[in-house]
Amino acid sequence: MLKVLLPIVLAPAILCTTITFTTHRQNRAEFTYVSGPEPETLDPPLLTGFLEGRIVAALFEGLTQYEPKDLSPIPGIASHWNVSEDGRTYTFYLRDTKWSNGEPLTAHDFVYSWKRALDPITAADYAYQLYYIKNARPFNEGRLTDFSQVGVRAVDDYTLEVQLENPTAFFLDLTSFPTLMPVNRKCAEAHGDDWTLPENMVCNGPFRLAEWKINDRIRMEKNPFYWDAQHVKLQSIDALAIESINTGFNVYETGGADYLYGVPLPLVETLSDRKDFHSHVFLATFFLRFNVTAPPFDDVRVRKALDMAIDKEGIVKYVTRGGEIPAATLVPPGMPNYQPPEGLPFNPEEAQRLLAEAGYPGGHGFPKTEYLFNTSEANKDIAEVIQQMWKKYLGIDVTLVNQEWKVFLSTVKNLDYQIARGNWIGDYVDPNTFLDMFVTGGGNNRTGWSNRRYDQLIEAAAEEKDEDKRMEIFREAENILVADDLPILPVYYHVSLDMYRPHVKGVSPNLLNIHPWKYVRIDRETN
Amino acid sequence: MAIVLLIIATASFFLMRFAPGGPFDKERTLPEAIEKNLRAKYHLDRPLAVQYIIYMGGLIRGDLGPSFKYRNRSVNTIIAQSFPISLTLGIYALSLAFIVGVSAGTFAAVNKHSALDYTTMSITLLGISLPNFFLGLILLLLFCFELPLFPAAGWGRPGQMVLPILTLAAPFTAYIARLMRASMLDVLSQPYIRTARAKGLSEFQVVSRHALKNAITPIVSFMGPAAAAVLTGSIVIEKIFAIPGLGTHFVNAALNRDYTLVMGTVLLYSFLLVLFNLAVDIAYSFIDPRVRL
Repeated sequence: MLKVLLPIVLAPAILCTTITFTTHRQNRAEFTYVSGPEPETLDPPLLTGFLEGRIVAALFEGLTQYEPKDLSPIPGIASHWNVSEDGRTYTFYLRDTKWSNGEPLTAHDFVYSWKRALDPITAADYAYQLYYIKNARPFNEGRLTDFSQVGVRAVDDYTLEVQLENPTAFFLDLTSFPTLMPVNRKCAEAHGDDWTLPENMVCNGPFRLAEWKINDRIRMEKNPFYWDAQHVKLQSIDALAIESINTGFNVYETGGADYLYGVPLPLVETLSDRKDFHSHVFLATFFLRFNVTAPPFDDVRVRKALDMAIDKEGIVKYVTRGGEIPAATLVPPGMPNYQPPEGLPFNPEEAQRLLAEAGYPGGHGFPKTEYLFNTSEANKDIAEVIQQMWKKYLGIDVTLVNQEWKVFLSTVKNLDYQIARGNWIGDYVDPNTFLDMFVTGGGNNRTGWSNRRYDQLIEAAAEEKDEDKRMEIFREAENILVADDLPILPVYYHVSLDMYRPHVKGVSPNLLNIHPWKYVRIDRETN
Repeated sequence: MAIVLLIIATASFFLMRFAPGGPFDKERTLPEAIEKNLRAKYHLDRPLAVQYIIYMGGLIRGDLGPSFKYRNRSVNTIIAQSFPISLTLGIYALSLAFIVGVSAGTFAAVNKHSALDYTTMSITLLGISLPNFFLGLILLLLFCFELPLFPAAGWGRPGQMVLPILTLAAPFTAYIARLMRASMLDVLSQPYIRTARAKGLSEFQVVSRHALKNAITPIVSFMGPAAAAVLTGSIVIEKIFAIPGLGTHFVNAALNRDYTLVMGTVLLYSFLLVLFNLAVDIAYSFIDPRVRL
């Protein structure tokens, strides 16, 4: 009987093994990093996440690219550009560059790519990054079908002219962004959704795509047609798709990778003394949202009391412990030229006074309140500490409620909460990426808060050309947000926690935790 | 079988849509117009009944639709890439469990109440009671950190397969061994075995030629549910060892409200469950002549 069963069981096993070994590469790339979960897409205008952004930035290059240290825009495919007197017209002069198939890349490619990104059929999440361009929004919303009215045109093969709605000071930051990167027309039209597969993809960045195995790895190889190929050091890169942060750490720790994005939180304290541990301020803030449309949080005194009764220093020191920075504002530190307002201090006495003034002395008569967060250990720890602090300093009882992620999102969106955990990662290095979130009716506002002065200021900032004045306007707006009205309660600024081996050179820490791989090299000699 | 699958497809299609939150709900709310574009692209703007008909139409043609989360991948591609890996892992684990379990169980039964018997049975008790994520971590600690013999994660090289297969096989091996021991003891006390011994056959011949065939029946019936359990059990192991199998998608698709991928994985798993049970029924008829199909 076993004689019959064994071959039946073993034959498929042998077959599967053969498939596994013939379809999986066994050699290792020159540089391997743990990238995180499986990338959602590698189609530049479709992507939304950081880990996809890192890969796409290696494969594609926009008009500008990030300076590796301060992330300011430096020439990419455009060698230089002019900005008109009124700040509304940008003229980009393109280098003579080639796609990875050797064909020339021209200004027409950018016109096509931006049209594609805005086309309702493409359904790009981030199409709104192009809304600063004249008439881009109505085109994306389907109200305008004639693309020639949208403010982008190719003057000749190597000159691109862009008309903006407003003098958008951070427009050159956006041209480094994946949404605005060029896509090869022939390739995208010939292969449809499959154009990003390794056998089809035509790209224009320092590297090209050699292999993409779902939930396994992405292999990139140096692109010989890249205009600056002489300065690209690495020959090949593996981006490992490892979902579990613990597994990622195991791989790094046992020598399976040179670079690790994200460190298991319980290990942070132990690892923080090591030479290969790197922590840096990140462009992201953890905060709480108040639903200001219903009592008791329609009263600003209650909101302020709750803010001033939280010892944020204690939270980062004893709960998060990754080197996070306590926050009194929404915009994280490190924005060039921006001086943030002071926000509210930790002051339990003042908090108690405000709460009494609002009609709840010592927390008496305070309505039943729920604190909503999406299910995760880290969120729960923070929620519990805040709950205790409010109990201790204000005498109010708050119930903790957790929901699965998607349920949480829809609850918050429908304003079906009282206090909810919030988080925001900036897209570009400008206060606008945080502050325009809370304009009246903004999709990410989700607090029900509306302040006419605030709206006016955000609008004024968009039209202001003078950098110092613009920052002053933002400061005034943020002061309304975090000191006067407080629809949100900032808790702390995130940090990026990475590890990389000493032989990985050319990595510069920065706010977005983006390290263009073209500058990275492996040097095992000098340490 | 087709009817069972149709019911499952229909039920999961509608249940999925009733879950709060949708595939396009993210930390960043999309501008209304953009969400409208997305919904139109994936037919979510049509009435539910129409969506159902579109989906079933695709299903009949063998097209499971595009994934909502992995924007450039179809569900067919995702399954085609990841399922063979889960299958490989499962087949190896199950074969290992079968071979080791049956041998250990037989061995323990033949030498019952000896020190060997007690040792084997104690180990199997441990194997059953240890949750496999825990066992996986212990193995990782021992063979990746303390004694670096195997890589910590990944798939493709033979070394990378050892720890996940061992972890996955452990509880099944243990269970089969205990089942086999009990069944073998039962068979060995039967009159026909006494006859075989009386004929002067060696103990090895008695066990291998006469007892084994009858004693193995309960193991075969266990293999059906075991195959199903291996598939679901591998979800945890795929996560610990970062194996690019289907288990990860099975869990994440539901969390992401990736409707089509949920449907695809649910249908595949259901199909396999039905198939395994059928296979066990067929196998019975080979082993036990009293069973007729």
